[in-house]
Amino acid sequence: MSADAKPMQSDLGLYDYLPWTERPKITWPGDKKIAVWIAPNIEFYEYNPPNNPTRTPWARPNPDVLQYSHRDYGNRVGWQRMMAAMDRAGFRGSVSLNVALCDHHPEIIKACADRGWEFFSHGIYNTRYVYNMTIEQEREIIRDAFDTVRKHTGQELAGWLSPALSNNFWTMDILSEAGIQYTCDMFHDDQPMPVKVKSGKLISMPYSLEMNDVIVYNTQKVTPRHYGEIIKRQFDQLYKEGADSGTVMCIPLHPYLVGQPHRIDAFAEAIEYIAGHEGVWQTTGREIAQAYHASGAYDAFNAAMATHNAQGGSR
Amino acid sequence: MPMPDDYLDYPHRRYGMDHDRYDWSDMFKRKPISWPNGARIALSIVTHVQYFPLDMPSKPFKAPGALSMPYPDFRYYTNRDYGNRVGVFRVLRLLGELGLKTSFAINGIIAERYPALLRAVVEGGHEVVAHGLDMGKVHHSGLTEDEENAIVAEALRLLRDASGQSVSGWLSPGRAQGFNTPEILARNGVAYGLDWANDDLPYDMRTQNGPLVAMPMAYETDDRVVADEYFQSEPQWVQQVKDRFDVLYRESADHGGRVMSLPLHSWVSGMPYRIEYLREVLDYILSHDGVWTAPTSEICAAFRASS
Repeated sequence: MSADAKPMQSDLGLYDYLPWTERPKITWPGDKKIAVWIAPNIEFYEYNPPNNPTRTPWARPNPDVLQYSHRDYGNRVGWQRMMAAMDRAGFRGSVSLNVALCDHHPEIIKACADRGWEFFSHGIYNTRYVYNMTIEQEREIIRDAFDTVRKHTGQELAGWLSPALSNNFWTMDILSEAGIQYTCDMFHDDQPMPVKVKSGKLISMPYSLEMNDVIVYNTQKVTPRHYGEIIKRQFDQLYKEGADSGTVMCIPLHPYLVGQPHRIDAFAEAIEYIAGHEGVWQTTGREIAQAYHASGAYDAFNAAMATHNAQGGSR
Repeated sequence: MPMPDDYLDYPHRRYGMDHDRYDWSDMFKRKPISWPNGARIALSIVTHVQYFPLDMPSKPFKAPGALSMPYPDFRYYTNRDYGNRVGVFRVLRLLGELGLKTSFAINGIIAERYPALLRAVVEGGHEVVAHGLDMGKVHHSGLTEDEENAIVAEALRLLRDASGQSVSGWLSPGRAQGFNTPEILARNGVAYGLDWANDDLPYDMRTQNGPLVAMPMAYETDDRVVADEYFQSEPQWVQQVKDRFDVLYRESADHGGRVMSLPLHSWVSGMPYRIEYLREVLDYILSHDGVWTAPTSEICAAFRASS
């Protein structure tokens, strides 16, 4: 559809620049120093997915049984170990959900729902990308996600992480228009930030590439024990800085990775370490978004950016 | 070009898996497995013995460990072949010293090229598992059924003739399969496969030619993956294997028998500087009560008997 086509731009103008030193203070409920949220990506990768010309789902021709089965490990085995570790440390999950998993594995959905975990959308399948979709096709994905999560869990979606981090230039506008409150697709800050969209009050929620087990294990090739160390160090610093203004730490997970027997204990120890500190708000993405608005931070950040811009700052 | 609207159709969006190969199940809710003599852990050691042809094709993809330099790639051809000349004997010697009977996944062509290697494996009391024909013959959906069947049948024939064993286990080069590989394996008398990485326990697969057991084999603590894909050190490999064992051993107290799989490569762990790290791993595992080390086919049979 040519109406959706647009030349590439150097910057989509989704957020204004605001230096770290000019930020309003964030106050979390109960004057907690740091909001820590854990985002398990509970995903379904297809055995024989259709191709998308921009990105081929599997490195090998379908069926790529090694990679497919490696992901499937998460839904047969890994999720239970991950959930047990989170239970012990008192963490609820904010599930980054490929919503078709509601149909495939309702048992996993029920176990998460029974614990009061939040579900946010990570698309339909992790092997279907929004690349080359029309706006209407992408809106249909969003509708499907809202309907599926509502039907299976009774929850109204608040958050979004695009499937396999695939995006279009209009994605943030249509997410916000549909009622999404926070996106996890941007990594430009440690604090929630207003996103400039055509309608609504969308915020970017600090997710993390660097704390994400798939990046740590599959890209950076880090050992499990070192992953435990970097989680603790990331926490220590943000905890210290949280004395001045509320901070956010996210740990994005994939049960097929962190739920492996050689990895689970180092992760479990790290989150128990976090939970053992005073002033830690063990929370969810939805609750952080709500507190950000309720505390006035959203408006204060917009005002601070307007001031910065008025003084000659650029985005 | 926009995506066609059927990109938003999901014909396999339904309860369970998106194929009929096996059923979904939660490993922690299965009937516990009992191993012989009340063992807590069945230790499945599978040493890969591989031949990488100098003229191996790069399409549709290369198996991991494949030659990567311009032809003729002396560097990796000979480095991999080191495993067949020296490395595998070093591993065999260590396993013999520890009195362990294990499994060796061997490319079929090895039986023809290096019969002495096959004899040493068999005389050591180990199981021969078919590891395809050679590392240049990957299985994929672009092969016709006849082409793929010919590879499977030839690999099994060579290994069965040379070993005198029934050879009922299969590991594909690069753990790669086409849509019909399990059917072809079952038709050729294979009872279990090691390609799928989705479980820590055996489970049943369906084929049109009868059942096939998927035996667990660790992917990310494989010696080659840790050394050649993650570029981690030998002590880091040792630590991860021990950590893996500790968790499985602990779980066996509440959930029944577990399988600890230890994939090795003759050209990786058989290196002089690595062999004593393998000894350290094995000494650690064997220092625990209730560890039963056996060829994978025996572990598969015990799973069948227990389920």
